[in-house]
Amino acid sequence: MNANVITDSMNKDFVLAVEGLTVSFDGFKAVNDLSFYVDENEIRVIIGPNGAGKTTVLDLICGRTRATAGSIRFKDRELTKMKEHEIVRAGVGRKFQNPSIYEDLTVFENLEISYPKGRTVLGALTFRRDAAVKERVQEVAETIFLADQLDQRAEYLSHGQKQWLEIGMLLIQDPELLMLDEPVAGMSVSERKKTAELLNRIIKDRSVIVIEHDMKFVEDIAHKVTVLHQGKILSEGSMAKVQADPKVVEVYLGH
Amino acid sequence: MTTPAPTSGRTFFLRRQDMIGIAILAVLLMVVLPLTLDNFRLQFVGKYLTYAFVALGLALCWGYAGILSLGQGVFFGLGGYCMAMFLKLEASSVENTKIQTTPGIPDFMDWNQITALPWFWEPFRSFGFTTLAVVAVPALFALIIGFALFKRRVGGVYFAIITQALAAIMTILIIGQQGYTGGINGITDLRTLHGWDIRTDSAKTILYFVCVGLLIACILLAYYVKSSKLGRLLVAMRDKEDRVRFSGYDVSSFKIFVFCLAASLSAIGGAMFTLQVGFMSPSFVGIVPSIEMVIYTAVGGRLSILGAVYGTLVVNWAKTSFSESFPELWLFGLGGLFIAVVLIFPNGLAGLWQTYVAPRLGPLFGGQARRAAPPPASEPVAPAVAE
Amino acid sequence: MFSDYSLAELSSIFMMQGFAGLILFSVFVLMALGLAIIFGQMGVINMAHGEFMILGAYVTYFTSQFFLNYLPSLFGIYFFIAMILAFLASGALGMATEWLMIRHLYKRPLDTLLATWGLSLILQQVYRSVFGPREVGVELPSWMMGSLPVTDVVEVQINGLFVMGLTIAITVAVALLMYKSSWGKQVRAVVQNRVMAGAVGINTEKVDRYTFGLGCGIAGVAGSAFTMIGSTGPTSGQLYIVDTFLVVVFGGAQSLLGTIASAFTISQAQSTLEFFLSGSMAKVLTLIGVVVILMLRPQGLFVIKVRR
Repeated sequence: MNANVITDSMNKDFVLAVEGLTVSFDGFKAVNDLSFYVDENEIRVIIGPNGAGKTTVLDLICGRTRATAGSIRFKDRELTKMKEHEIVRAGVGRKFQNPSIYEDLTVFENLEISYPKGRTVLGALTFRRDAAVKERVQEVAETIFLADQLDQRAEYLSHGQKQWLEIGMLLIQDPELLMLDEPVAGMSVSERKKTAELLNRIIKDRSVIVIEHDMKFVEDIAHKVTVLHQGKILSEGSMAKVQADPKVVEVYLGH
Repeated sequence: MTTPAPTSGRTFFLRRQDMIGIAILAVLLMVVLPLTLDNFRLQFVGKYLTYAFVALGLALCWGYAGILSLGQGVFFGLGGYCMAMFLKLEASSVENTKIQTTPGIPDFMDWNQITALPWFWEPFRSFGFTTLAVVAVPALFALIIGFALFKRRVGGVYFAIITQALAAIMTILIIGQQGYTGGINGITDLRTLHGWDIRTDSAKTILYFVCVGLLIACILLAYYVKSSKLGRLLVAMRDKEDRVRFSGYDVSSFKIFVFCLAASLSAIGGAMFTLQVGFMSPSFVGIVPSIEMVIYTAVGGRLSILGAVYGTLVVNWAKTSFSESFPELWLFGLGGLFIAVVLIFPNGLAGLWQTYVAPRLGPLFGGQARRAAPPPASEPVAPAVAE
Repeated sequence: MFSDYSLAELSSIFMMQGFAGLILFSVFVLMALGLAIIFGQMGVINMAHGEFMILGAYVTYFTSQFFLNYLPSLFGIYFFIAMILAFLASGALGMATEWLMIRHLYKRPLDTLLATWGLSLILQQVYRSVFGPREVGVELPSWMMGSLPVTDVVEVQINGLFVMGLTIAITVAVALLMYKSSWGKQVRAVVQNRVMAGAVGINTEKVDRYTFGLGCGIAGVAGSAFTMIGSTGPTSGQLYIVDTFLVVVFGGAQSLLGTIASAFTISQAQSTLEFFLSGSMAKVLTLIGVVVILMLRPQGLFVIKVRR
């Protein structure tokens, strides 16, 4: 009884509370009884070897995969029962591992589609490209270094620019929880630096979950690191603490 | 799409070249063809144009949204049958049918020993209800199918196969329920609309112009949808459905909308067909006509709204002239067309126009340089030799 | 509709219609097996599958004519020869199709659907021009005629049993080929990761061509079986294509067992309903049933949950 009261009151402080999360694919538990909490304005980095279930965790949070058991509470709303678009509208944004943008549309149109207005059929039919929309698109385009590419068809962007565009498509929605799946994968060194700078600028006033392999990058941005292994948490804490954890060393170097 | 920079010249929702294109089509259909073709040929064009409504719907549904429906004939038929039921009831007045066992009901019902008008025929005595039903019944049907399939994320080839099965079911049902539907012969011997004889040449000419008018209106509607944010969303969904979903859109509702829209457009075509040709039969409902309607859109260029109209006209004109002179060759021609339009010119007539003709015409239309080719179609359309 | 019959009568009816559905079931299974290989393994929709089947049927017909005229003493075994020839003819045509058309269209499933539909129209016209528009039927050798009594009221036709046995044999052979042979392993490797399969030295183009050929060849054998229940005409194949696709989709395209179970369900439902209703309504009800079930369970009946 007492314990319940405490967890409930604790939940209120967290933006995201994942508890006992489990998903099994045909008997294989990709995520197994996972619990973790993300604070307001926290940058959480999830690392772990391939197949640890990192992407699956993001899939579960944003509703792409349905949990077998457990709960995901976002600002006290249960996400496991909600549809994908409802989760997005509640304030969760997700960037995919491979840049997922609309190649046939221009940069402007890519951002405009992500602008959180006119999301119903009727709304989309009557949507007007007014000054507020243009201004916001311009603003976001500047943040993601693409202000001079607005009329470019997205397929002609470089790989790094596509990654930024997708981040921009999330930014324009102003989500409270931003989830990024390997945002610097495949980027050049200079693009990587720019991305770190970009992330550091956009994380104000929101919580971020990042999956990343690049340890240098992780060290630059992480407040707290969660190490996943075989669907379970292996270690959690500051970067220094995690790096010193013998279990982590074992998983990364042991075989 | 080929939408130019957000600031460039567009009046309301039409770009300059769209307006020119629509104007040219309107002049062609309203002035050039009526002046140059005899009545008989013009009526053929009128009949072809009813298929153009279907092709238009498919351009939106298949070309833009990537949803290939192989059951558009069902909607064409539903629209056509709604109209035919009204006309049949008018033709089956007690006076006209006094030799029947039960006067006042359609002749085929009498032949099938049906003695009272079935309940679902009753409302079709009203022209108002009929016009509403022409659009609403197919849309409702599409809504149910769309809801059941898109909400459960059935798409791609599965959707195509299920819609094809629906076309098969509908044909078998219409043929099997002879007493209620007129069976394989369909509903024939339609005569008047509120006493106006639709079989005369002058009536057919008037109906031709009505048909063209409606078609132009539907083209404008299609352009509006295409140029709205919804149009861009359809393209975005075709490309990256998940991204759209994770931008906060309920993807299925957009698919349902465009499928219903395509169904209603087809149905308007079907109703105009019944009016102009004077009958409706299951031979426009089944698998074969339904897939043939896809080829009109494909030949026109699946992403081109005007192309859908031209594609319909060209394919049907070819069909008619082939069938007149070498009937056995037509299937080769049609089959070859299916293969060619997929393998060799996936962007259809519109693609050929944009690659070869438009660049040379560019200066004539105000010098605005066109974008070379339309964007790739629903799936990456690689040149045939790419491996 | 069942209330007019006693329980005993009903069970006899179900049995009799069940056996009557055997040949239909066999044709379905063979057609669907070919389609399932092509669709499930290659993701290609082959709308001309019915025409590949009909090619097999024509080959069977001409073989029977040949034996009748030139080797009447061996007529009893013509069917076996015909089956092999049908397999080879349809398979060869399938491989040619793959080479000329399909291989340019991988990754564009909707386009293969249209292109193969075009092919089916062309093939129909070829059959009409070459073999004539008239439908032809084969004569059965005497040992296949007649029926075996099972109970007082239920009889089973010998040719039905024969075709059924044949179907089982072919299905087992296909299952062994796909799941036990090294060639089957290559096919499955290509399905799962084309690039990787190519990198480890599998000739993916060749695998594709033979897979497509195998699927079409089985359709040819289905055509041989088809000659026993229907007469062969240029457009006979088209009538089966929708049913067969539903069988494949219903069964969950990747699973051979699912395909067989779904062919059985659909053919038996249709055959049983036919006794009580008109043929067309039986078909409508069966198709509607399948479509409704697919709406409820779009991934098919026999598909396991996997991570997307």
